[in-house]
Amino acid sequence: MSAGSTDTGSMDAGDFAAWIRSTAGRVSADAERLTRLDAAIGDGDHGLNLDRGFRAAVEALPEDAPPGKVLIVAGRAIVSKTGGASGPLYGTVLRRAGKSFGDAAGVDAAALGAALRAALEGVQDLGKAAEGDKTMVDALAPAVAAYEAALADGSDLAGCARAAAEAASKGADGTVPMRARKGRASYLGERSEGHMDPGASSTALVLEALADTAGEG
Amino acid sequence: MRKLINAPADVVSDALRGMAAAHPSLKVDPANGTVIRGDAPRTGKVALVSGGGSGHEPLHAGFVGHGMLDAACCGEVFTSPVPDQIIAATMAVDGGAGVLHLVKNYTGDVMNFQMAAELAEDEDIEVVSVVVDDDVAVEDSTFTAGRRGTGATLFAEKIAGALAEEGAPLADVAAAAREVNERSRSFGVALSSCTVPAAGTPTFELGEDEMELGIGIHGEPGRERVRVGTAEQIVDAALSAIDADMPLSGSEVLVLVNGMGGTPLIEQYVAYAAAARWLEGHGATVVRSLVGPYVTSLEMAGCMISVCRVTPELTRLWDAPVETPGLRWGR
Repeated sequence: MSAGSTDTGSMDAGDFAAWIRSTAGRVSADAERLTRLDAAIGDGDHGLNLDRGFRAAVEALPEDAPPGKVLIVAGRAIVSKTGGASGPLYGTVLRRAGKSFGDAAGVDAAALGAALRAALEGVQDLGKAAEGDKTMVDALAPAVAAYEAALADGSDLAGCARAAAEAASKGADGTVPMRARKGRASYLGERSEGHMDPGASSTALVLEALADTAGEG
Repeated sequence: MRKLINAPADVVSDALRGMAAAHPSLKVDPANGTVIRGDAPRTGKVALVSGGGSGHEPLHAGFVGHGMLDAACCGEVFTSPVPDQIIAATMAVDGGAGVLHLVKNYTGDVMNFQMAAELAEDEDIEVVSVVVDDDVAVEDSTFTAGRRGTGATLFAEKIAGALAEEGAPLADVAAAAREVNERSRSFGVALSSCTVPAAGTPTFELGEDEMELGIGIHGEPGRERVRVGTAEQIVDAALSAIDADMPLSGSEVLVLVNGMGGTPLIEQYVAYAAAARWLEGHGATVVRSLVGPYVTSLEMAGCMISVCRVTPELTRLWDAPVETPGLRWGR
């Protein structure tokens, strides 16, 4: 974490850039696994697409910009390079979170929680998915709830982010028995049961990267 | 993976370079994945823009030209194009009369075209979007993403394109596309998987005696896996599913027997013979037909049958001259 952290922690622009880089690294390392998950119930390109998108986000990262701008620029790069449903959805996650920061130079635990809530609402507006539909919402929604609960319990930013990451991972695991009702997997009906949703799995990676970034320093 | 490619990441741009060389009348931008009519923009003509993931050739880039599309946006293989591509194509073809976006009903395509339509509004370009969702294999309910857009996309592009070529206003061209979609149904069968070049391995494995009923066009598995049947049985399964959803008896129909990319034309004609017999036996009159690989899924074997219950006006527009790399008659 950056210099000037308060007791509850904060993240600056460099931390958010580090989060995007860390996510890109994880997505790249896991691209094959994500693609395999997608091949089981979708069309087998999720890891490849997301890898292309986050690589573009890393290349687009601006210098000397506040955290909000860092995420908005990264989000735009993802929309421009990813395609499929992942592009608009992950682009929305980053852009909505970035917008909620405004021009602030530092983001505290409460502001990050509000940003994650805004990101979730953006994804639900765009994808029209609810919890239980077997989508990324099944990882993101419990993550946001766990973050807010940890915050209410007095956890610092790193603790809240860790709680969110754990909830996202559990949420992704929870998609295995579900029947898909949104996205391409919905065409499979009951045959979508027994497979983890690739979008929920990648969302867990993104939040794992956030927790690790917030926990450093 | 044995494929005629240079590098998996370059398949789409290399293919577009080939299209540019083979069809100099088209304006092809391999880097940005757009294919545009050479004479665009045409002042006062409604422009048609479609697009989607690559891997379905000749759909959509092969249908750019006189009497059909003004532009196509080519995404990565089986991945929808991004808003930047769609807005670039839209701006390049707008002749002041507005632009029709023809979108297949896949979550990614719908989202990216929607974002592009909003950007077009900022540029004062009037855009109307029509979503094609003709696939009866998918249960249509509020709890799914809805029916997929498949073979009827070709019908909508041809018929709406003909009307736009005649100078009809945007509202009428969009209405024709909607009418075609409402009157069309499709059902597909896979006899093998395909291999997405960037993935390098088949999307799914089929046993020697298995087939997938009710597939889409992305190599995604269908609604059920059954023992492989004869062409007669396969066609019966497809047309029975269509007929159950949209009764065909007493209708004049336009029929497409579409190869999925890995099935030879001789087998497609075997299927068409069965389809023509089935339709006659069930009280439908085939007024127009098309047999061939038009909406493919890379090298997947199998076929899709699409049926449109036409009116005399829709038949007239279907017959209108068309001159594109993938479809050409009357000119």
